[in-house]
Amino acid sequence: MIRLYATFSVAGTLFGVDATDVQEILLPQRLTRVPLASPDVNGLANLRGQVVVTIDLRTMLGLPPLEDGIPTVNIVLRTEHGPVSIVVDEVGDVLEVHDDDLDTPPPTLSLPTRDLVTAVHKLDDQLLLVLDVKRTAQPVAA
Amino acid sequence: MDEIIEEFLVESHENLDRLDVELVELEEHPDSSELIGSIFRNVHTIKGTAGFFEFPHLESVAHAAESLLSLLRDRELELSTAITSALLASVDAIRSMLVIISDTGSDGNNAHGDLVARLHALMTGDSADHQPGADAETSEADTEIETSEIETGDAEISDAETETDDPGADHVLVAEAANTPELPEPVAEAPDSTTAPTGPADTSIRVDVGLLDRLMNLVGELVLARNQVLQHQSNSGDSTFQSTSQQLDLITTELQEGVMKTRMQPIGNVWAKLPRVVRDLATHCDKKVRLVMEGEETELDKTLIEAIKDPLTHIVRNSVDHGLESTAARIAAGKPEVGILKLRAVHEGGQVIIEISDDGAGLNYTRIREKAVSSGLITADRAGQLSDRETANLIFRPGFSTAAAVTNVSGRGVGMDVVKTNVEKIGGSLEITSQQGEGTTLTIKIPLTLAIIPALIISSDGDRYLIPQINLVEVLRVDGASTDSKLEMAGDAPVLRLREKLLPIVHLRSVLDLPDGGVNPEGVSIAVLDADGIQFGLVVDQINDTEEIVVKPLSPHLKSIGCFAGTTIMGDGAVSLILDAIGIARIGGVFLGKEHRVEAVEAVDSDDRRSRTQMVLVCTVAQQRVGIPLSHVSRLEDLPSDTIERADGTDVIQYRDQLLRLVYLGATVPGGRPDGELPEILQVLVHESHAGIHGLVVDEIIDVFEVDMDTQTGPDGVRISGVIGRRVTDLINIERLIEIAESGRSLITTGSSS
Repeated sequence: MIRLYATFSVAGTLFGVDATDVQEILLPQRLTRVPLASPDVNGLANLRGQVVVTIDLRTMLGLPPLEDGIPTVNIVLRTEHGPVSIVVDEVGDVLEVHDDDLDTPPPTLSLPTRDLVTAVHKLDDQLLLVLDVKRTAQPVAA
Repeated sequence: MDEIIEEFLVESHENLDRLDVELVELEEHPDSSELIGSIFRNVHTIKGTAGFFEFPHLESVAHAAESLLSLLRDRELELSTAITSALLASVDAIRSMLVIISDTGSDGNNAHGDLVARLHALMTGDSADHQPGADAETSEADTEIETSEIETGDAEISDAETETDDPGADHVLVAEAANTPELPEPVAEAPDSTTAPTGPADTSIRVDVGLLDRLMNLVGELVLARNQVLQHQSNSGDSTFQSTSQQLDLITTELQEGVMKTRMQPIGNVWAKLPRVVRDLATHCDKKVRLVMEGEETELDKTLIEAIKDPLTHIVRNSVDHGLESTAARIAAGKPEVGILKLRAVHEGGQVIIEISDDGAGLNYTRIREKAVSSGLITADRAGQLSDRETANLIFRPGFSTAAAVTNVSGRGVGMDVVKTNVEKIGGSLEITSQQGEGTTLTIKIPLTLAIIPALIISSDGDRYLIPQINLVEVLRVDGASTDSKLEMAGDAPVLRLREKLLPIVHLRSVLDLPDGGVNPEGVSIAVLDADGIQFGLVVDQINDTEEIVVKPLSPHLKSIGCFAGTTIMGDGAVSLILDAIGIARIGGVFLGKEHRVEAVEAVDSDDRRSRTQMVLVCTVAQQRVGIPLSHVSRLEDLPSDTIERADGTDVIQYRDQLLRLVYLGATVPGGRPDGELPEILQVLVHESHAGIHGLVVDEIIDVFEVDMDTQTGPDGVRISGVIGRRVTDLINIERLIEIAESGRSLITTGSSS
């Protein structure tokens, strides 16, 4: 079976989410910070009248934050809790990937990433780590 | 299920609700042929349709009721309480069968033979004419079907304003006419006619509530967009833009009001069930009650109507059961024999005010105080200081009403505290006033709608936050010059002296863990908030303005923080957080005072009964960690050990004019003393119960934890081990422990005296 993945990169690694889970791609929005929230919550954005939580994928994956001034992109995911926006470094193409190229993630993957990645696709030139949208957008206790 | 059966269910539920009202009314006006006519037609319709759909049990009950009614209509029988009760019972039976039909598609196995027999018995003598002859019956039913079927369409619409619990009835009647239509005037002589009542069928349609909700959301968005445009307009010099945006403003406001109106329903819809409730209850308690309703046409949001249904019924039941005296007591007090229960609803200042008043004996403050003390809600000391008003509010405390007279009627497991919680959940408030010997009045105040609320904008560390107006008591600025308000320190706790009252002070920056803002030389801005009846001052950087805001739900990511109630979008398009006064008070430590602490903990319990979370105070005793449910601890005290005296074979300390019996948790023998020297200062947890006042002596108090735990007990009934705060901790069942300690004590005393 052919699957469509919306891809993006964080700290040089290529990630993908099921393209049907993506609502839209946005430039950085004006954010309202939320005191006492967990560190990966960047803030709240106004998406055409809807209040959307913005989550920093770098923080979630345990990576250091980008230096100031380097532009980021928001990917708005459709989730059971309504839209959730994740901040990534750069957006890539939508890729068609065949199921046969699917592999399980290596057990040596470090922890926060291992929890969120469900599979690895062997693209010709690099690897694509498939992110579990449900788990990524899951509310965590503050 | 067939659409046509669905319609029959909806329509029948509505008819049954009306039957309830009309039957009770009929009792008061037994001569009204209009009422009998209307009731008869109603039952007749149900019977006819039931026959058509082949629901035999339903049909037989309806038929028996109809036969009885026809005797009443033809004046061959006088109305009696027994007849009314039997007819109401038929309404209940039919209603229960309708539920079965909507679940299973058939009318179940219960033929309600007793009820049918009871109805027949009431028809005494005349049975020959009215006994259902099988053949005659079928042909009669056949002819009826056509007429009643034709009626279905119209009747359904005209009756649609009556609320029912049926899922199919999840609609609001959108009537063009502002007032609710009167009940259809029955046609004077039309014994067997099933003429459809003429109603506002031409001017109203049924609308799905989901669609209305969506419209309401869209209007909310529009209001936000309007606010943004208006903000932009004030900075713009373009006069065309200015006038257009003003027009947009006007239209939006009007549209908002219009859409909100479509969701409005008259409160009479909820009240319609009450005459029946009052009648049944009055009969049960052997009291005479007249129910007076005023302002049935007062409208409020459908969701709010739903939300107050149960609290209202509970209050009314309480009033009849506890509020009004028995007939004999009323006569003895020189009052008219019939008690009056009055419901009144009015719109006032953007709120709906509902008053439930009775002309009963009024609250017995002395008894309430005694009860509160005996059930351990407050101390005897405190009870003596309470004003009548504060005493009245005790009945809203969790644990009070259940402890109060549990009767057949009111001991249904729902206390006034639940009523209060439910009313507060929808942003309302509840107040009780009472005049000895003259009656009690309960006042419920609720907002007209939930989605759009007025709120105060404040800022802290550069961000704006909102405080719902409903939590706001007043706003003030405290500087060195003000005379009637002053910030002081009581020990290490900042307090506000405001008009001779002391209010605890909470700094928003510290609650939200924002950097300290330093001292503002111009003074401090304080918003005085009310959280669950407790007032406190919230120090903020700046107090800005009030605005109507559209409340957006809080994302699940942020719910666990506990101090935000929701979000909204401000005029400039930015998102702002709405503060939750109770959450802020909790984090700020406002609830830690003795009585409030108990209340706060119990409030958590009732909110969250399923998850069984407990607040547990953890301390150490002989190098072991033990946990004690915080709700069992009234106070923490440091008491010098040289004040210990012996009495009745046990260690006691004179404490607030009482004897505090000490229970050493570290003792090896229950009721005994631990080995070794006692420290100079004892750490004592004061526990009050029916068994008296006890001081639990521990070595060190560690902290309070929220624990998810069953209250099961271990083998000795005293402790179970669990992990609290990452360390093994024994959770102690205090009641049992004290029981054991007390029994040990009595053994010793009997031993020494014999």
